[in-house]
Amino acid sequence: MDLHGVREIVRPRSVEALPAWQPGDVMLGGGTYLFSEPQPAARRLIDLAALGLSPARREPAGLRIAATCRLAELASLEVASPAMSLFAPAVHCLWGSFKVHNVATVGGNLCLALPAGPMSALMVALDGLLCLRGPGGALRDLPARDFIVDFLTTRLHPGEMLESILVPNAALARQGVLRQASLTRYGRSAALLIGTIGDGGFSLTITAASKRPLRLDFGTLPSAEQVRHAAADALSPDILHDDIHGAPAWKRDRAIALAGEIAEALRT
Amino acid sequence: MISIVLNGRAVTAPATPGQCLRTFLRAQGCNGVKRGCDAGDCGACTVLVDGAAVQSCVMPAFRAEGHAVTTIEGLAEGGELCPLQQQFIDSGAFQCGYCTPGMILTIAGFDAVQAADPARALKSNICRCTGYAPIADALDGIARCDDRVGIGASTPPPAACGVVSGTVRYAMDAPPDGLLHARLRRSPHASARILHIDRAAALAIDGVRLILTHEDVPHFPYSTGRHENFRDDPEDTLIFDPLIRFAGQRVAAVIADTAAIAEAACAALDITYEVLPALLDPTAVQDEGAPQLHAHAPRNVAARVQGQVGPHATIDEVLAGAAHVVDRTYTTQRLHHASLETHAGIAWLERDAAGEDSLVIRSSTQVPFLTRDTLARMLQMPRERIRVFCDRVGGGFGGKQELIVEDIIALATLRLGRPVALEYTREEAFTGASTRHPMQIRVRMGADAQGRLLGLAMDVLAETGAYGNHAPGVLHHGCNESMIVYNCPSKFVDGVSVYANTPPSGAFRGYGLSQTIFAVESAMDELAIASGIDPWRLREINMIRPGDPMISHHDTPHDVTFGSYGLDQCLVLARDALDRAQTPELGDGDWHLGDGMAIALIDTAPPRGHYAHAAVTLREDGGVDLDVGTAEFGNGSVTTHVQLVATTLGIEPTRIRVRHGDTEAVAHDTGAYGSAGIVIAGLACHRAALALKAEMEAFAADHQLGTDPGAIAARAASRGRTLSGSGYSDGSPRSVAFNVQAFRVAVNRDSGEWRIVASIQAADAGVVLNPMQCRGQIEGGVAQAIGGALMEEVRIDGAGRIANPSFRSYHVPRMADLPRTEVLFADTYDTTGPLGAKSMSESPFNPVAPALANAIARAAGVRPRSLPMRADRIWAAIREQSGEMSR
Ligand SMILES: Cc1cc2nc3c(=O)[nH]c(=O)nc-3n(C[C@H](O)[C@H](O)[C@H](O)COP(=O)(O)OP(=O)(O)OC[C@H]3O[C@@H](n4cnc5c(N)ncnc54)[C@H](O)[C@@H]3O)c2cc1C
Ligand code: FES
Ligand code: FES
Repeated sequence: MDLHGVREIVRPRSVEALPAWQPGDVMLGGGTYLFSEPQPAARRLIDLAALGLSPARREPAGLRIAATCRLAELASLEVASPAMSLFAPAVHCLWGSFKVHNVATVGGNLCLALPAGPMSALMVALDGLLCLRGPGGALRDLPARDFIVDFLTTRLHPGEMLESILVPNAALARQGVLRQASLTRYGRSAALLIGTIGDGGFSLTITAASKRPLRLDFGTLPSAEQVRHAAADALSPDILHDDIHGAPAWKRDRAIALAGEIAEALRT
Repeated sequence: MISIVLNGRAVTAPATPGQCLRTFLRAQGCNGVKRGCDAGDCGACTVLVDGAAVQSCVMPAFRAEGHAVTTIEGLAEGGELCPLQQQFIDSGAFQCGYCTPGMILTIAGFDAVQAADPARALKSNICRCTGYAPIADALDGIARCDDRVGIGASTPPPAACGVVSGTVRYAMDAPPDGLLHARLRRSPHASARILHIDRAAALAIDGVRLILTHEDVPHFPYSTGRHENFRDDPEDTLIFDPLIRFAGQRVAAVIADTAAIAEAACAALDITYEVLPALLDPTAVQDEGAPQLHAHAPRNVAARVQGQVGPHATIDEVLAGAAHVVDRTYTTQRLHHASLETHAGIAWLERDAAGEDSLVIRSSTQVPFLTRDTLARMLQMPRERIRVFCDRVGGGFGGKQELIVEDIIALATLRLGRPVALEYTREEAFTGASTRHPMQIRVRMGADAQGRLLGLAMDVLAETGAYGNHAPGVLHHGCNESMIVYNCPSKFVDGVSVYANTPPSGAFRGYGLSQTIFAVESAMDELAIASGIDPWRLREINMIRPGDPMISHHDTPHDVTFGSYGLDQCLVLARDALDRAQTPELGDGDWHLGDGMAIALIDTAPPRGHYAHAAVTLREDGGVDLDVGTAEFGNGSVTTHVQLVATTLGIEPTRIRVRHGDTEAVAHDTGAYGSAGIVIAGLACHRAALALKAEMEAFAADHQLGTDPGAIAARAASRGRTLSGSGYSDGSPRSVAFNVQAFRVAVNRDSGEWRIVASIQAADAGVVLNPMQCRGQIEGGVAQAIGGALMEEVRIDGAGRIANPSFRSYHVPRMADLPRTEVLFADTYDTTGPLGAKSMSESPFNPVAPALANAIARAAGVRPRSLPMRADRIWAAIREQSGEMSR
C-alpha cells in the first residue's frame, strides 16, 4: 500500500554513504512487510538495496550472506555443503509465495522478528553471526540466537542496521532436518523447527510456537523421547506465542512432536 | 519522477516517495493491476518486473526505476491473447474475474520449481469465486467450454476476452478526470456518544475539500440492507450517527484532492467521545435492564420468528414418546465475504441538453436499482435524475446487497460538483461492511424406532450486531428451508436476532441457511448414530417428496411448488460416487477415515417480490441488443441470458450485445441476490426473446420474408421500424432446488489435522443451461464453504473490535487448501424456471459444513459442534475426551 507519511527516499551507494540517522528513518529491505501495513511514523526510507552488497559469498570463516540477499537468491544458491540444503526448504516455510521471495530479504525477515520468521529459524540453527552496523558506522557482531528477544523485538539499537550474517564453516558442515506445522497446507508456521547434527553434537531450534527462537543443545544425539522432553520443558507457558495461526497449547504439542520426529530423522 | 519500460513502452511519470508500484501503474492507465488487499496477500496486483512475478502493492514504485514492467495489458501480443489467457477462457477459470489478471501473471512468472508445485506457488493468490479447480485445469490445459451453442452448451461468458486481458471495468477502473477521494474516520469504541468533533486541524490541511459528519447530512433513517420492499429491514441506521454502536462505525468523511490528504485529514479530526458500556454478549443483551441499543427494539430484539405445527403443544411432549432423541446446540461463527474487490464507487454529475444535472454512480453493487431508489429518498431527488450502474462487480456473495459507499460519494459530489471516489481498504471491508450472522442453534429431534421423525425443534439466537440490516430476512430464511426438507408431524421454531455492540451482520451466501442447515444436518447425523441407522437411509426415510406439504413451522399459504424434484437422484449420485472414491495412502501417523454427508433444500428465488424486466431489440445488422437490469459479479447470469436469447431467436451468441446492471437499461430490477439471475431475470430475458420472435415472425409473414434475422432486420430498417420485445418476471411461482454433499476425510488423532480425501456434490439444478458455469458455481460454493467450515473466522476482541481484519490473519482458502470436488447433476426439468432451469449459486454452500462435521466426527471420534473446525480445536476436543475417558 502507499505509505503516505514517507517524504523522502535515500539511496546510499555504499555503507559509508549511509545518512546520519534521524527520527522517522526506516531501513527498507524488500519492503514486503513495510508496504503491507500503514507506517504512520515513517518519514524517510533508507533503501538498502542501493548498497549493492553481494548477496552471498564465501569467506575463509564461512558463508557471508548479505542482509539484502533476497529469499529467492538464498533458495537458489548452489548447495555446496550439507547445511545449505536447508536454505530452500526454509525459504518455502515463509507463508508468502515465490513472488514475495523475489523481493523479501533475509535481513528484513530477521529484523521483523516474527515468531514465524523462517530466516530466524535458519540462522539460529546454523550458528549465524550477525554483523550489525551502528548509525555512526561502528560494527558489532551478535550471535543470531541472541538477536530476537521477544515478539517483534530484537537487540537492534535505533538506527542500527543488520549488514550481513556469517554462517560459519562448522555449521555449514552439519546435517540438518527441518519440520513445519501449520493449520493449513503451506500456511503460516505454527511451529517451525530445525535440528542439526555434526561436530559438537545435536542441536534443536524451535520457532513459531514460541515468541522468540529457542535453541537447545545436546552433546550427542539423544533419543526422540529425550528430545521431546527437552522441548516440552523449554516451551513454558510464558514463552508460547498466542495468535490466530494456532492455539498456543496446540502449537506446543506440535512443536514437541516435530522435535521427536527430527531426532528420529537424524538417527537414520 | 521515475522511468520504466511499461509493456514495452518507455514511460516517465511522477511518483510520491512512499508510493507502491500498483498505484503508479494504475495511474498510467493499467487498470488490470487490481487491488484486493493492498498488503501482499491476495496476488490481484501481480505484475512482472524483468520477467519475475512480484506483488506490486508491496513493492516500492521507485524500485522499478529502469526496469521492464509487464502488466496484463502487455501480455497479449498484437491484439492476440497469449496461450495462457486463452486457456483461462477455455477452462472457465474465472467468475468475477477480479483475481484473473494477477493469477495469469503469477503463472506467467513460474519457473520449473513453481511449475512443479503450482498449488504451493499460488499460495499468495486468492480466488474467492472458483475454488481454483478450473484454474488448475487451465494449468493442465484441460478445456471445459465447448463451441456448441444453445441450451446445455458450455459457452464462455461474453466478457471473457475483456476479463483475461484486464480491460473489463470494475468500480474503480478508468476514473473520470478531476477525481476527488473520500476517506472515512471510524470509531474505535464499540459504544459511545460523540460529544464534539473539532475539524480545525483537518480543514487546515491543504487539499481538503469537504468534511461530512452527522452535523452536515440529512437525518434519514434507512437500512444498508437492500430488499425490493425497503421496509423489510429495520430503518435503524443514519448516514452518520452521533451514537456509536460498534467499533468501526463511520464518524466522518473527508473529501480531498488525494487519498493521502483525505487520510491525513481524517486522522487530524479531533473527536471527543463519551465512552459507554458495550454489550458484546448476544445472550446478555436480552437481559432485563440491559441498555437498549435502538429505541424501537426492547430487549434488543431486532427480529423474531416463532411458530409451530402439529398435534403437540411442546417439543418435550414429542420427545417423551420418542425412541431416539437428540438435543444439541451448534454454533456458527462470523464470516467475511472476502469478495476480492472491496466496496467501492465513483460518483459524478452529468449535464443534459436542458442544462440539468444528473447524478451518476458506478459502484460495486449487486442492487443498482434498489440503491438508486434509496438514494432518491435519502437525497430527495427524483429517481430519473439518478443513474446507478456497475460494469462488472468483483464478487459479492451477499456483501454487496448493501448500500455501503454510495451515500457518501453521492452527497459529496452533489455538494462539490466534482467526481468523488470512495474505495474501501481491505481492513474496512472487514470492519465497516457486514459479516455472516453468528448463530447459536439448539436442535431437538425425536424419532421412532424405525427412524421416522416425530418432532423437530430449532431455537435460534442470531446476532445482527449494531444494525438490523437483513436481520429479519436471514432469520426467517434460516428457519424455513432447513425445516421444510424433512417430513415430520410436529415442528417448532423459536428464533431471535439480537442487537449487540458488534459489527453488523448482513446477507451472506445461503442467507441464514448455511448456519441452520449446519445445525439440523449435524443433528440428523447424531440421530443416525444414536439410532444405528445409516445416515443416507435416515434421509431417505424422512426427506420431503413430491406431493408432501412444504411446511417449516407454520401452514400459511405460499407460492413454492415442486417445479421439479431431484433430491432422490442426488442422494443416489452422491452415495455411489463416495463408494467409488479412491482413498490415497495416508502415510505415518494416527490417521482415521470418516464419511459424512448432508442434504439441503432451497427455494429457487427469494420470497416477497423479486422483479425483473428485460428488453430485446433487433438491430439493423441483424444482431440483437439485450437490456437487463441484473448485475454481473461472477454469477454468470449474463452468459445464460445470452444463451436463452440466442437459442430462442436462433442467432449466434456473439451477435448479442448486452447492457446490464444499469438503472438506465430497463424499468426495474430487484437485483442480483437470492440466486435470482436465472430464474427471474433469465425468465424475463426468455420472455422478451419470445416476444421479439413473435414480432419478427409477424413482420416476416407480412413482408413475405423467410426466417433469416438479417433479412428481417434490413427490411424493418428500410421501413423505419424497430422490432423489439420485452419480458417481465415477478419471481412467482417459485420452485425448490437440492444439493447433497458427501465427504471422506482423514483425521490425525494425534495432531487434529484433517485431509479431505473425497468431496462430492450432487445438485438438482433442473435443466443445466451452461454446465461449465453451473459446475463452477458449485465448485466455488463448496470451496467457500470449506473455508467457512474449517479455516475462517472473524474474531471480535474484548473491546468489540475485529481482531483479524486482514487476509494475513483471516485465512481464505488457497489452492493448496482445497480438494477437487466431483460435481454431479440430477436430471430434472423445472416447470417454473426458464427452459426447465433452476437457480444454483447460493445453495451449493449450504450442505458443506455439516457434511464435513459429520465426516470429521466419525474420523476423529469426537463431534465438532462449532465452526470453524480448525485442527487445533479438533485436537483439543480429542484431548479433552481422552482425558475424560482416562479419568
Ligand atoms: C503474503 C505474505 C506472507 C508473509 N509471511 C510471512 C511469514 O510466514 N513469516 C514471516 O516472518 N514473515 C512473513 N511475511 C512478512 C515479511 O514479508 C517477511 O518477514 C519478509 O521476509 C520481510 O523481509 P523484507 O525484506 O521484505 O522486509 P522489509 O519489509 O523491508 O522490512 C521488515 C522490517 O525490518 C527492517 N529491516 C529490513 N532490513 C533491515 C536491515 N538490514 N537492518 C535493519 N532493519 C531492517 C525494516 O525497517 C522493517 O522494520 C509475509 C509477508 C507477506 C506479504
Ligand atoms: S493487492 Fe497486492 S497482493 Fe493483494
Ligand atoms: S474469479 Fe477469482 S476472485 Fe472472482
